[in-house]
Amino acid sequence: MAKHRIISLILIVVVVLIGYFVYASQFTAGSYFSKFPFRLGLDLNGGTQLTYRADITKISSENLAGSMSSLRDVIERRVNIFGVSEPIVQTIDASAFSGVTEHRLVVELPGVTDIDKAVEMIGRTPVLEFKLMKKGLTEADFLKASTTLNELFIETGLTGRLLSSSQLEFNQQTGEPIVGLIFNSEGKELFAKITRENVGSVLSIFLDGAAISSPVIREEIGEGRAQISGNFTPQEAKTLVRDLNYGALPVPVELVGTQTIGASLGQGALVASVQAGFIGFLILIAFMILWYRLPGVISALALVIYVIISLALFKLIPVTLTSAGLAGFILSIGMAVDANVLIFERMKEELKKGEKIDQAMKEGFHRAWLSIRDSNISSLITSAVLFWVGTSAVKGFALTLGIGVVVSMLTAITISRTFLFAVSMKKENRLTRFLFSNGMHV
Amino acid sequence: MFIIKFRALFFTLSAVFVGLAITAMVVWGFNFGIDFKGGSILEVVYPSERPSAEVLKVEIEKLALGSYTLQPVGDKNYVVRTKELSNTEKESLIGIMKMGGSVDIAQFNSIGPVVGNELKNKSYVAIGIVLIGIVLFVTFAFRKVSKPVSSWKYGLATIVALAHDVVVPAGAYITWIAFRGGEIDLLFLTALLAILGYSVRDTIVVFDRVRENLRVNKDMGVKESFDETVGKSVSQTFGRSINTSLTIFLVLLALYVWGAESTRNFSFVLLVGIIAGTYSSIFLASPLLVLFEKIQKKA
Repeated sequence: MAKHRIISLILIVVVVLIGYFVYASQFTAGSYFSKFPFRLGLDLNGGTQLTYRADITKISSENLAGSMSSLRDVIERRVNIFGVSEPIVQTIDASAFSGVTEHRLVVELPGVTDIDKAVEMIGRTPVLEFKLMKKGLTEADFLKASTTLNELFIETGLTGRLLSSSQLEFNQQTGEPIVGLIFNSEGKELFAKITRENVGSVLSIFLDGAAISSPVIREEIGEGRAQISGNFTPQEAKTLVRDLNYGALPVPVELVGTQTIGASLGQGALVASVQAGFIGFLILIAFMILWYRLPGVISALALVIYVIISLALFKLIPVTLTSAGLAGFILSIGMAVDANVLIFERMKEELKKGEKIDQAMKEGFHRAWLSIRDSNISSLITSAVLFWVGTSAVKGFALTLGIGVVVSMLTAITISRTFLFAVSMKKENRLTRFLFSNGMHV
Repeated sequence: MFIIKFRALFFTLSAVFVGLAITAMVVWGFNFGIDFKGGSILEVVYPSERPSAEVLKVEIEKLALGSYTLQPVGDKNYVVRTKELSNTEKESLIGIMKMGGSVDIAQFNSIGPVVGNELKNKSYVAIGIVLIGIVLFVTFAFRKVSKPVSSWKYGLATIVALAHDVVVPAGAYITWIAFRGGEIDLLFLTALLAILGYSVRDTIVVFDRVRENLRVNKDMGVKESFDETVGKSVSQTFGRSINTSLTIFLVLLALYVWGAESTRNFSFVLLVGIIAGTYSSIFLASPLLVLFEKIQKKA
């Protein structure tokens, strides 16, 4: 008993510290803890989510993972240049497991509510390709409308993917703006090989599917540098250099879904959800205390601890809170006391049988454990499946629910148990037995 | 015992509820939203007077976007639903909604049909997995109870109760949105899965008690008919079944009344779900066990 009291005190101190952390990280600007604010999803913060389909038809399977990953990096770099706070750029691979049929890229931009601006930020994909013109072609071949590019050109595999950087240069004699290209080591080798093997051929430079320059290869170029002079205006050259430097997208992408939530709609949802959660919490505590008396007070305390620990976890993991996620948290508060209900009802049965308070408590916890464990496992199954299905809104719900179930097992069992044993009374009389029973009759 | 004695009545009641739900589904159909069908939703807020729907409709028709719906929301908003819009089409639509003035875009969602279809398929699979997973788990958890009813029958009773818990709220929701507006969206699916997750908790509590009473009877050499055991278990756990559901009901009520507009339909489904779930745990799942035992005895 004494040991329970000591542990209870330690628990209370620890929880107060955690509670302070939750408070300070949210409301005290400039403190060390401000690094851990609550992360709010788009539907609470306002923002835009863009879903792109990645066109992987030209990528071989061994390059696939690498290409998707560099696509992700490239887009993230661009988004970061525009100073969007905490953007999320994610690739979703097509697979039987994920249930998704195409490779996708999802970009979340909190706080950006102008979709056009967002799409522009991502930028168009300057798809840069070098193609060798076939030998022996006549002008007629070019002019025939039905000729396809493949009949005129050979792919070389030298694309923007192999570009290291691009810079704006000016022709020394004419002052004409040119775009200088510097390839990475793989590109350098490939470029050297192409130029070595095809001296005298035309190597056309295609930008977004249109040939912008078709120089003749005069010699092997080993330094991995090239220049594109395509009658650019200075502005055009600058834009092209910028786009190429953003990283020519290794994989072309196409927009297949957008979602924008205005900030005020998001703010309203946030306030309402927090309000509902708080009111629900109070109603629940009132019910537990009124119905379950002294153990009810203990369970109310355990519930407060549950909320504090959950909030701290949401900050630390971190969990991005959406309105569905907040609903999941509120639901989990209702489920958190279930374990307590089962334990206390069992206690009442034992008290009725004539057991001493101490013994009734022990039996209550012992017997109720199986039901608690089994019910929570089924809820966890649901959370896991929901997490798999989900877009970010649903994932948020699955996470808060799942975390809630796990944390509530801790608070409802371990913590309640400690507190309950700490207040357990040796004196057995009608009053104390009343305090530990519940419901409409002793 | 009352519950077991009058199980025919409760089975009939369940059948009636399920029948009503299915009728609702047939009558009003499944109004899939853009999450599953693909399409666009545009919601705009007008700073002052919002124009009349008729005027807007005339202009929207001119865009030839195909079938669409225009719905007023609250005092200052309109929601337009169309097929998936290209950027230029979206701009034209916003231009029309501005009516020469200005609007705030509260939200705009556009989802391609491939994404939508995928989500639909994923959803069916998800429901299937959760149902099977829970049933397998219950069968496993009760594997040591084989007399007089084998453990898989506990799983079977659970699945019937869960099916009831999914169909009834779905029917209620379809009725609800038929009158109030709304559609079958991802949140609805989430609610259904959440219901499956928490309504089985109740059922497990009762089954657990049945298991314990059977064991105690065996240990003490007490002979008791199965329906008496089940009846006793139900009355013993009645209080806690109600209370565990009540706590969830109370928070869901708070969510419904004070929560965000975007989660209102969501909390409605969850509320119906908790009521249906409690009913099925007490009045459906346990009487089913008794029914199975009787069928078994006849065989």
